[in-house]
Amino acid sequence: MTELLALLPSYLTAHLQLTLLALLLSTGLSVPLGIAATRIAWLEQPSLALAGIIQTVPSLALLAAMVPVLAALDLQSIGFLPAIVGLTLYGVLPVLRNTVTGIAGVDPALKEAARGVGMTSRQQLLRVELPLAMPVIVAGIRTATVWVVGIATLSTPVGATSLGNYIFSGLQTRNYAAILVGCVAAAGLALLLDGLVRAIEVGLVRRRRGRLVAALGSIALLYAYAGGTLAAPMFSDRERPIVVGAKSFTEQYILSAAIAGWVEHQTGRPTSLLQSLGSLVAFDAVDSGEVDVYVDYTGTIWANEMGRAQVRAGRAEMLEGVRDFLEAGHGMTLATTLGFENTYALTVRAADADRFGLRTIGDLANLAPRLAIGADVEFFARPEWPAVRDAYGLNFREERAMDASLMYQAAATEEVDVISAYTTDGRITAYDLLVLEDDRGAIPPYDAIVVAGARLARDAPDVLDALARLGGAIDAERMRAMNLRVDERGEDPATVAAAFVEDLAGGR
Amino acid sequence: MTTVDDTVMIQAAGLTKRYGDAVVVDDFNLSVQAGELVVLLGGSGSGKTTTLKMINRLIEPTAGCVRLDGVDTAELPPHELRRRIGYVFQRIGLFPHMTVGENVAVVPELLGWPPGRIAARVDELLNLVELDPTLRDRRPSELSGGQQQRVGVARGLAAEPRVMLLDEPFGALDPVTRERLQQSFLRIRTRLALTTVFVTHDMTEALTLADRIGVMHGGRLLQLGTPRDLLTRPADDYVDRLMSTPRRQAAVVEALVEETPRGTPS
Ligand SMILES: Nc1ncnc2c1ncn2[C@@H]1O[C@H](COP(=O)(O)OP(=O)(O)OP(=O)(O)O)[C@@H](O)[C@H]1O
Ligand SMILES: [Mg+2]
Repeated sequence: MTELLALLPSYLTAHLQLTLLALLLSTGLSVPLGIAATRIAWLEQPSLALAGIIQTVPSLALLAAMVPVLAALDLQSIGFLPAIVGLTLYGVLPVLRNTVTGIAGVDPALKEAARGVGMTSRQQLLRVELPLAMPVIVAGIRTATVWVVGIATLSTPVGATSLGNYIFSGLQTRNYAAILVGCVAAAGLALLLDGLVRAIEVGLVRRRRGRLVAALGSIALLYAYAGGTLAAPMFSDRERPIVVGAKSFTEQYILSAAIAGWVEHQTGRPTSLLQSLGSLVAFDAVDSGEVDVYVDYTGTIWANEMGRAQVRAGRAEMLEGVRDFLEAGHGMTLATTLGFENTYALTVRAADADRFGLRTIGDLANLAPRLAIGADVEFFARPEWPAVRDAYGLNFREERAMDASLMYQAAATEEVDVISAYTTDGRITAYDLLVLEDDRGAIPPYDAIVVAGARLARDAPDVLDALARLGGAIDAERMRAMNLRVDERGEDPATVAAAFVEDLAGGR
Repeated sequence: MTTVDDTVMIQAAGLTKRYGDAVVVDDFNLSVQAGELVVLLGGSGSGKTTTLKMINRLIEPTAGCVRLDGVDTAELPPHELRRRIGYVFQRIGLFPHMTVGENVAVVPELLGWPPGRIAARVDELLNLVELDPTLRDRRPSELSGGQQQRVGVARGLAAEPRVMLLDEPFGALDPVTRERLQQSFLRIRTRLALTTVFVTHDMTEALTLADRIGVMHGGRLLQLGTPRDLLTRPADDYVDRLMSTPRRQAAVVEALVEETPRGTPS
């Protein structure tokens, strides 16, 4: 718990930065746009419709969609900017809609009175329409505030630190305390900001000067704090840390911490972690320089980045292909191979394997119509699935996609009969499951490799050397054991990684 | 007929308003002398409010024009025209987010009067419409309907306009207060030499206030003349019936008074 709370200041600050800036931008955009829409008739429908469409995009997808959009515009596509743009867009609708309805809802008799006493159209707006619409507009801002605080937790996969870091890593490593801390902190922040906006409204409407000043002052302080902490790194002349990235699953959390620890130990350079990145975001983040090093798998790059999903290749051939692609195509370095493969493997309960005499995937073919297969959310959409299915003529009764952390349990409790497990997952042994052999070689190799960005090759060759010394340091057995410690024994990935680094440093 | 002089302050010529096929005001002609008080009288929907609003361009006429002190109002920026004309709305239209004092001060604020002068003027006006000065910091929603109407009148008078347009300003008042305010309004308009168009459908009020009365019906001005003209020489049946209502009512009252002793057990 103390380790969790130690992260709170940095996560909360990052969350506050995202939320406050996004709210400022969406309010600053929507109120003028809403006013314009009540003045210029043709603007109202299209602007409300557009904001409505943005709103219907699932929030996670909206944030993720910012990555390629910003990349196409040649802007920072990983980290703070895509999160800010996505959150701002999300905050537009409630404020815009309430501005339009608020102004449209002002009693026509009062609008006429405002004209009748001789106000110009600007004075009508500022002295009558806006003050009367204000409660409705403020209600919109409050809605946006609560939404944006909540949705900002989804900034984590696009590389922006937020309270979502607790939630994403907690979900993957089954650390429910982390999830709880993340949710409670986000809810607390939402209540605080909502309360402050409400206090401003009350102060204005009931003319409570004291309350107004107190609320405005608190908000100004929060903005000053967020702005200051946001700008501080720009003026800091401390060495930029080596940023180690991680996708959002246990093995990646452990490996990123292990790499960071190893680099610090070997080179004395500072490091920092950027975790829970979306699977494709991680590669882009290294490509764009936001992240310096991370672990990926040859088959993943082969299929996703090189677009060779349909091309079969042997292990060595694929490794060389990936190396060429990284170095020639992107100026990255394939620093080393870690010594294990983390591939998809069709896995059954050991008891079933005994009973039905299952050893290879081919043995499943006759049984498949009576069995249900479970897999992580992307598996059925990946090229491996049709490859395996067609190579072995599999035709399952049911295909169920679920969160990867749940699928081993689903197999153990007979919710499903076959799962596409990860070969390094410790839960294969823990749940008494058996990996079926891929004797026809339908599943491509997935060797774990350490990928380094261009900056390391240019500025930090000592780091590359240190990374190279990780070559072959982790075999599948060892990786499985480390994963198990986190997934089943509830240990912190950082603790497991630290033990590994200590062991490795002592051994050499 | 106190301070009327020969200058024509408001002149409406051929004023017409159509909504689609419906003619709401039809070829309305009226000249109001400076300092004169003309009452527009007529039934509900006869076009009184529409006419009044065309004078300060809250409604743009379909045809015809209005001259104010010799100047075609179509040539003035509407907001400047309206600041020079005090307008009291039939639906009152006080701004609910402002205090009573701020509502009264609206037009002087727009005209950029110094704060001291505005404050003094607000006090003076509350006094004039017989409102307790302690009401100054209340919100309109905290006033009775009659009090709100008086604030509306005070707001119309605030910037010392020379022309006032009033649309049933005393509709929500009890008869006693109403009579008192009618009298005090007469004094004000004499003192300030206000040129006034006053809309009502209350005959007695019309007779009490008017220098001249214009009777409207179905969007047309049926007859325009002094109260005596209208009473003695009504132009048609409608005007006749309208003008005889106070007498008919008086007769009813009279009869009741006569009857009373017989009905009372002795
Ligand atoms: N915007 C409009 N569109 C169509 N018809 C309208 C519009 N405004 C007013 N009218 C019609 O014009 C006619 C005159 O309305 P106006 O408000 O001038 O009547 P009024 O004499 O003031 O009546 P009242 O004594 O009830 O206030 C009415 O029949 C009304 O329905
Ligand atoms: Mg009317």
